[in-house]
Amino acid sequence: MVFNLRLEPDKKYIRPGDAACPGCPEAMGLRYLGMALGDKVILVVPAGCSAVIQGIIPKNAFHFPTVNIVFAAAASTAAGMATAYEMLGKDAIVVVWAGDGGTADIGFASLSGAAERNDNIIYICVDNEAYMNTGIQRSSLTPYGAWTTTTWTGKREHKKDLPLIMISHRVPYVATASIAYPQDFIAKLKKAASIKGFKYIHLHAPCPVGWKFDADKTVQVAKLAIETGMWILFEYYKGKFSISPPSRPYADKNKRKPVIEYLKVQGRFGNVTDEIVKELEQRIDEIWAWYLMLEKWSNEGKDIGNLVKR
Amino acid sequence: MPILPLTGNYAVAWAVKRAKVKVIAAYPITPQTTIVEKLSEMVEKGELSAKMIRVESEHSALAAVYGAAIAGARAFTATSSHGLLYMHEVLWWVAGSRVPLVMAVVTRAIGPPWNIWTDHSDIWGQRDTGWIIAMAEDNQEVFDLTLQAFRITEDDKVNLPMIVGLDAFILSHTTAPVDVLEQEDVDAWLPPRKQLYVIDPNNRFSMGNIATPKDYMMLRYDIEKAMNNAREVIKNIDKEYGKYFGRSYGGLVECYKCSDSKYLIILAGAWAGDAKEAVDRLREEGLPVGVLRIRFIRPFPVQEVLSYCNSMKGVLIMDRSISFGNAGPLFIEVSSTLGNLGKPPAMKGVLAGIGGVDVGYKDISKIMKKFIGEVEEQGWFVKRQEWYMPYEYEFMDIKS
Amino acid sequence: MSGSLIRIKGFSLPLSISSEGSMGKTGSWRTFKPVIDYSKCVSCFMCWLYCPFSVISKSEKGVIIDYEYCKGCGVCSNVCPVKAIVMVPER
Repeated sequence: MVFNLRLEPDKKYIRPGDAACPGCPEAMGLRYLGMALGDKVILVVPAGCSAVIQGIIPKNAFHFPTVNIVFAAAASTAAGMATAYEMLGKDAIVVVWAGDGGTADIGFASLSGAAERNDNIIYICVDNEAYMNTGIQRSSLTPYGAWTTTTWTGKREHKKDLPLIMISHRVPYVATASIAYPQDFIAKLKKAASIKGFKYIHLHAPCPVGWKFDADKTVQVAKLAIETGMWILFEYYKGKFSISPPSRPYADKNKRKPVIEYLKVQGRFGNVTDEIVKELEQRIDEIWAWYLMLEKWSNEGKDIGNLVKR
Repeated sequence: MPILPLTGNYAVAWAVKRAKVKVIAAYPITPQTTIVEKLSEMVEKGELSAKMIRVESEHSALAAVYGAAIAGARAFTATSSHGLLYMHEVLWWVAGSRVPLVMAVVTRAIGPPWNIWTDHSDIWGQRDTGWIIAMAEDNQEVFDLTLQAFRITEDDKVNLPMIVGLDAFILSHTTAPVDVLEQEDVDAWLPPRKQLYVIDPNNRFSMGNIATPKDYMMLRYDIEKAMNNAREVIKNIDKEYGKYFGRSYGGLVECYKCSDSKYLIILAGAWAGDAKEAVDRLREEGLPVGVLRIRFIRPFPVQEVLSYCNSMKGVLIMDRSISFGNAGPLFIEVSSTLGNLGKPPAMKGVLAGIGGVDVGYKDISKIMKKFIGEVEEQGWFVKRQEWYMPYEYEFMDIKS
Repeated sequence: MSGSLIRIKGFSLPLSISSEGSMGKTGSWRTFKPVIDYSKCVSCFMCWLYCPFSVISKSEKGVIIDYEYCKGCGVCSNVCPVKAIVMVPER
């Protein structure tokens, strides 16, 4: 599975002329989904930025057949579609493309239900860390200290660790990804598509408008998230938890950039206090320690979320 | 022709089996639960080749069967009361997508306080959604309506989803003989599923992204056009079903001894059976009464109501729910329809049986006799609400 | 942009089909325009990889930008390892 930029076909799964903001990471992510899985993808998109990005009927910027659906029901709709395709003998890959609101908040119950039933879908949470489509309101995936229109002095709750919650559902595949590392994301998508059952990929997607940075810096900010440890790439597959190559160097705290490098590029962290910076540094250390522990345990053969006997 | 003793819920399950539904998703709620249990049993015993998705809520239930339906499979769900309310937003989405889908609603009162018995509040709350809505009088009709629903919804001129309503406990849990037909006969009558479009990898169609206001209004117009088409389709299918299987109900309405009457009881649901009994007894006393049973509350049988009520002296409309702040919903629909008549009959809206209060033929006879007496004495009048309270309470009048 | 709903069997439907320009000619959104210096470009295709809107295409020449739709975000310029793309104010 070698990804060669020169050889990769130039098939446009996001057609030019969509409604997304300049620099939008969701559009980037969808391009990578197309590169990875191609024409068999059926997209289920709940309310959110990606519902609007498609543009205006009768045109659609997505080259994927897409079912737009009400906010809280993406995972269930996808489950129904996957079941129908199986009953009808149609070869399709059903993918939910939902934002952090539609996944962690209003869509949480249906997400948990689909995961618990091990429905045969790929669920991608495209995480821009707030309710962006309605104008930047905080979600449970907004990080500590971030400004949003409903947290003017900075959010005081930590980001919900949704990937770990999904591992606890004992689904066959959980991974985190970032739009800064498309090859990693594409490899994870291909692996997910080869498994039958519920697959969850959490895609970090820095939003220029909501995070308040210049539109050209989307990839730069996403890379900084990895380099400071604010986002960690891992893969959980067949009971093995492993840190992904782009994040591996930052397991060593000395190699991690100080979190202020990440915060100072974003207007949403413009008024962070020392207390907030310290809280974030501490949180990064804690989560890194926890993930490295999970990796160590799974290497020792410990069950961190059974699945071999699924 | 196999006749089985079935509860209304089991009659639904048998119709779903005969229709060879492929995907079922439902969340339990009293008194719908035994539909899902029976279907689970049929699937696991291999009698029905379908997949059951054991969803975690009603909202997800309708979303899941909608997903299956838009992907091309015949799908089904069932619910009641609060479950129906929980999935309400999805009902709009299904109808607006023009995807054929069938759902059974066991009509039940809405809390607080908790109440598991029958009334029609939940089903009337769906009337604006674009779903075809029918209500059955007995278990046989439950079976027939559910089976016909697959034909009606998938008709080229319709492509709208449909609700089959049955009263909680009175029909859902009461056993009665039901002719469930032979599978080969149903197969000859019910063709394989068809729909206007399918979302699948064979094309690049998508559904539901933003539309301009003008396009949106056009789309709404076309839904209404389909609803209107449904009137003829429902009538034709009812007639055809009669030819094939020997049972026909009259289309959008059922007229019971109504053509030679001067007074009509207009109502929907299981208690129409009690109304028919009341009418038989009142006729023995020489009163010219009939029942106009509304089978389909959507599309509303405007022409039928107009033509049957035209020559009436008085019509008594019985509602098993109230639209707070106005009157019973069936009264509102009928009285607004009769506004087309130059000389409408006297009208009274009676609220009875709300929350599952038992209403039998004796009650209906009493109510009807009172109404007839009032019309004969006072002449023409319209009374929007009269609450027929249980005997422990006084006879209540709300002036409106 | 509207007025031509997809119709099947006599009914307008809320359907759409994959097409470019679903939000019109988004090139008009630009305030800055990416300009490629082909003497510096090494055809590494990083700009092609990261462009959110597929307006950069691969060709024999290297990369070509579709200015009809390019929104001028500048991600291509930011990721280019040889600084071959410069953001120039639009007119």
